Amino acid sequence: MRIPLSWLREYTQLPADATAEDLMADLVTVGLEEEDVHGFDLTGPIVVGKVLEKTPEEHSNGKTINWTQVQVVPDGASQQLEGKGIEPSGVQGVVCGAHNFEVGDKVIVALPGAVLPGNFSISVRKTYGHTSAGMIASEAELGLGEGHDGIVVLSDWGLDPELGTDVRELLHLDDEAAEINVTPDRGYVLSMRGVAREYGLATGTEFTDPAEAIEIAKPNENGWPVRIEDQAPIHGAPGASRFVARKVDNLDPTAPTPRWMVSRLRLAGIRPLSLPVDISNYVMLELGQPLHFYDAEELTGPIVVRRATADETIETLDGKTRKLHTEDLLITDDSGAIGMAGVMGGLATEVGGTTTSILIESANFDPISISRTQRRHRLPSEASKRNTRGVDWHVADKAAQRAAELLVELAGGTIDAGVTDVGEAPEVKPVRLRADYPSKVVGYNYTEEQINQVLLQLGAYVTQQRDDSDGTTIFDVTPPSWRIDLEIAEDLVEEVARLVGYSHIPATLPVPPPGRGLTKRQRTRRQVSNALAAAGLVETLSYPFVTAEQNKTFGTADEAAGQAQRMVKLANPMSSEFGWLRTTILPGLLETLRRNVSRGFRDVALYESGLVFLPGERIGSSQIPPLGARPTDDVLADIEAGIPEQPHRIAAVFAGHDSHPGPDHTPRMYDWQDPIAAALDIADVVGAELTVRQGRHQAFHPGRNAEFVVAGHVIGHAGELLPKLIDAWDLPVRTAALELDLDALIAAGPDVVEATPVIGYPATYQDVALVVDAAVVAADVQDTLRTAAGELLEDISLFDVYTGTGIADHKKSLAFNLRFRAADRTLTADEASEARLAAIDAAEAEHGAVLR
Amino acid sequence: MTDTSNFLPEVSPADDAAVNEAVEAAVEAFEQANDLDELKAARIAHTGDNAPLTLANRLIGKLDKTEKAGAGKRMGQARGKINKALTAREEQLQAEYEARMLVEETVDVTTAVRRRRHGARHPLELLQERASDIFVGMGWEIAEGPELESEWYNFDALNFEPDHPAREMQDTFFVEPADSHLLLRTHTSPVQIRAMLERGAPTYILVPGKTFRTDELDATHTPVFHQFEGLAVDKGLTMADLRGTLEYFATSMFGSDAAIRLRPNFFPFTEPSAELDVWYPNAKGGPQWVEWGGCGMVHPQVLRAAGIDPNIYSGFAFGMGVERTLMFRNGVTDMHDMIEGDVRFSSQFGMEI
Repeated sequence: MRIPLSWLREYTQLPADATAEDLMADLVTVGLEEEDVHGFDLTGPIVVGKVLEKTPEEHSNGKTINWTQVQVVPDGASQQLEGKGIEPSGVQGVVCGAHNFEVGDKVIVALPGAVLPGNFSISVRKTYGHTSAGMIASEAELGLGEGHDGIVVLSDWGLDPELGTDVRELLHLDDEAAEINVTPDRGYVLSMRGVAREYGLATGTEFTDPAEAIEIAKPNENGWPVRIEDQAPIHGAPGASRFVARKVDNLDPTAPTPRWMVSRLRLAGIRPLSLPVDISNYVMLELGQPLHFYDAEELTGPIVVRRATADETIETLDGKTRKLHTEDLLITDDSGAIGMAGVMGGLATEVGGTTTSILIESANFDPISISRTQRRHRLPSEASKRNTRGVDWHVADKAAQRAAELLVELAGGTIDAGVTDVGEAPEVKPVRLRADYPSKVVGYNYTEEQINQVLLQLGAYVTQQRDDSDGTTIFDVTPPSWRIDLEIAEDLVEEVARLVGYSHIPATLPVPPPGRGLTKRQRTRRQVSNALAAAGLVETLSYPFVTAEQNKTFGTADEAAGQAQRMVKLANPMSSEFGWLRTTILPGLLETLRRNVSRGFRDVALYESGLVFLPGERIGSSQIPPLGARPTDDVLADIEAGIPEQPHRIAAVFAGHDSHPGPDHTPRMYDWQDPIAAALDIADVVGAELTVRQGRHQAFHPGRNAEFVVAGHVIGHAGELLPKLIDAWDLPVRTAALELDLDALIAAGPDVVEATPVIGYPATYQDVALVVDAAVVAADVQDTLRTAAGELLEDISLFDVYTGTGIADHKKSLAFNLRFRAADRTLTADEASEARLAAIDAAEAEHGAVLR
Repeated sequence: MTDTSNFLPEVSPADDAAVNEAVEAAVEAFEQANDLDELKAARIAHTGDNAPLTLANRLIGKLDKTEKAGAGKRMGQARGKINKALTAREEQLQAEYEARMLVEETVDVTTAVRRRRHGARHPLELLQERASDIFVGMGWEIAEGPELESEWYNFDALNFEPDHPAREMQDTFFVEPADSHLLLRTHTSPVQIRAMLERGAPTYILVPGKTFRTDELDATHTPVFHQFEGLAVDKGLTMADLRGTLEYFATSMFGSDAAIRLRPNFFPFTEPSAELDVWYPNAKGGPQWVEWGGCGMVHPQVLRAAGIDPNIYSGFAFGMGVERTLMFRNGVTDMHDMIEGDVRFSSQFGMEI
């Protein structure tokens, strides 16, 4: 809402020298947030001038300009203004490119020293062989309109001012507007009337209600017939609860909008169009009541407010034909639909340049109905904005009266004696407020007097009684008709708190019951993340919006569970291509990697941790339980069952080298091992047992792909990405990646770690090198050795894999280090060797291994 | 090294002066040794098998009985003096050698390089952890919920009327099909409902997490962002408790000079409601009030939706943007930096924010 200051001063004690900033500083204390300041951006000498001479000159560029002499002081007077280029004689020589004026016309002259919007400085300049000392201004140059070509001729606006008059005063441009943000509960502040009240409340100063000054004519039987026939109310609320109609005849369709009104509308952010339209907007801004004007001569028969029928259409003011929904509320006459109630009028009955008789509609519509219609047809407007927030039921007749009077005053019409006013006032229930309740909620002791005063200031009707049990005063508060947001005691508490001032609220620190600290999952996730960062990976965040193709490529492995990949599709994505929710973090992470590479960072390790979205059979639930009541457990369970699983995953990518080269340091190139090692590191942090085995994920190099198994379930993949994908994504060669279900991993970790005793007896180390077929998996051999070596084996690790000289084709040599230790004695070399031989025998039996 | 033994005069063990001379010659030779190798040569020359004193020692047996005792004692003393001088010089030279070695092994320490690139956490994550720690320190707990959420949790349970403009103002991502009534949560507030349903009252929770609105990415907007959401439900909680909690949070995040200011505002799920400004003393461009978030007393309809009796319990709630907090607290001027994942951005923060 933009508030022209001159307008607000009509109803309040806003000081004459107050600026928009001052006003906003006051309004913010009652919850109206400051947004912006709007003005006309005109400074310096801009005055009324009269064209004395006009000499057209054709120039070599083919353009004809006018060399003019313009008188900018009253006849016989001398120039009082001073400045470079301002002629003391009061006559300026000005080059003008426009042609829509004649000698004798009064025009707007920006003298040297003036600054126009867009920081356009006017100065004396040599052009077309003349010294031009000023500019004859157009509407657009003054920032007053998109306007037609040519300069402003003041007689076109019905103005005949004295020469030399300051144009800002003449056109009411010495005003500015404060823009405030109005929260959706307070529709009444979308009017000067509401702002005036809030300003009065904020500053504790007097204000007047512009609605109160309006004398209305009593309804009678002679008005335009109107019937409200809502055949399908929404939630039982009639589409229209009031419809006031007034008629004004004998209007002068050529009457211009007065400049003061133009100025205020412009400051309020509304484009002036024609006098009737401007008046309807002006009254809406003043009183908060949206109006609609019909060309009365285009109406046929009585007006009926009803819902649209199936397949009904309307051609609206913007020239579009709209197919209506049976829930849309319409204004109709015998010809059919003539308006979408509260949203947009119809073209056929539009007030135009020849209209001399206007029917004014001032109505109250059901906010929900209007809200649905404007959303359905995407027609937000100043009118629908107010109608969806609710309009004061009791201002409709006054707004109609005010509009009729303005039409008479400015377009010379006569008001028809007929006054239509149909509908029924909604019932307003009083709200009960115990005098001690505001203090209980806010924690500040309000006196009964303070509470009572606030309620009265709001315009509420208040009765008091005493609670006999403890003597507390009970207020029964009937809110004013414009405050439809005040429904419960808490609403009134907020009014008390905000009008006494939020700054009075003290600060105390509540003491909660003892907490459990972070949960295991929360702690572990942090530790995993810290471990990866410490290991040289950079944490990044990407959007979860992906293409269906990306999910298919990087999501669940094809063979997993043999089921089609399910994914969630957004109904209104930012981009239709990236219209699905990720089932895998990798696409976003790879995109981030690619961005880094394109910025010159070719050696990068990144990770991201976050949720993925894995829908099951059913997406969502039809259940939408009502407000303000706990749904049953069954309903809650049904809602929950429809929400896709969203496990917390962690993904990492490795590209290029692990470090920069340096003296005595050669960087290592990341390879397929890095993501697997990272997964093992993560498992160590979690304390879970992670089994690595050969994987078959479509996004990975088929020979360099590991899958991770925890408690019998595959919980992730790692390895080198498929070379084809690396090419397609324009990633560094051999880019390697990892993705793990962190929730599943953490769940497999111990709740309490059970310690095994540390043995002090010395260990015996033995190595074993076995030649096996190339296809034999090292981990399987290691498992066999571990089992067969028995309990004396404390640890085993693979320390070399060798192929080449001395090893036959399709064979490989695996070298293991075995550490033996006994719990109760110093082990002899013979005992260790015996265990080693047993292990070798088993490897031979199970894997055809041969001791090298 | 010069072998001088050949030139050493023969010594008689009975000749006091000659023995002394030999001892002095030995001591002198040790002292003249410049390093351990020279000392070794001197030792061999003066104490080796062919050294004059060694040879003299062998002659003791050939002396008269009367001279034997005196000679033995003399030679013993001579050996003692020589050994002492040798040990002293040896220690000295060893120390010198060690010191010299350390000097010779000197490197230019500024040539050291990182053996591994350093990693970093994302500052938005660190900031959420920081906030969580502050509240855990007060005894609150950290709650979480799904990002793809049911419309009921996101709106209805939070007292957003189905056709109220407030619902439209939260530019919501919906999912197909429309009757699934699922959406990407527009705020972390649905976790309020989940926490209350799960825990009942009293409940004190902080909810850090991702939220979604259909805003195009620009310097100050992003369709995916993060919030901290706080909820306290207990008997007798007031707006003063809300203010005290927010003040504590603000001073923990922004320093002891930080302060907060409440301005009336509207949210469907709180009544009374307030906008929260924080006085940030260390802001770029000087101390100033910065809009930080929204807050208020939990609306009785919200308590009812979660099965909590508003006649017994009251609550307060607050929420603020994590991105916004990072922007003014740490001087990040462009939202793009937070979401693009350029390693230079996160790397500035390391592990601490």
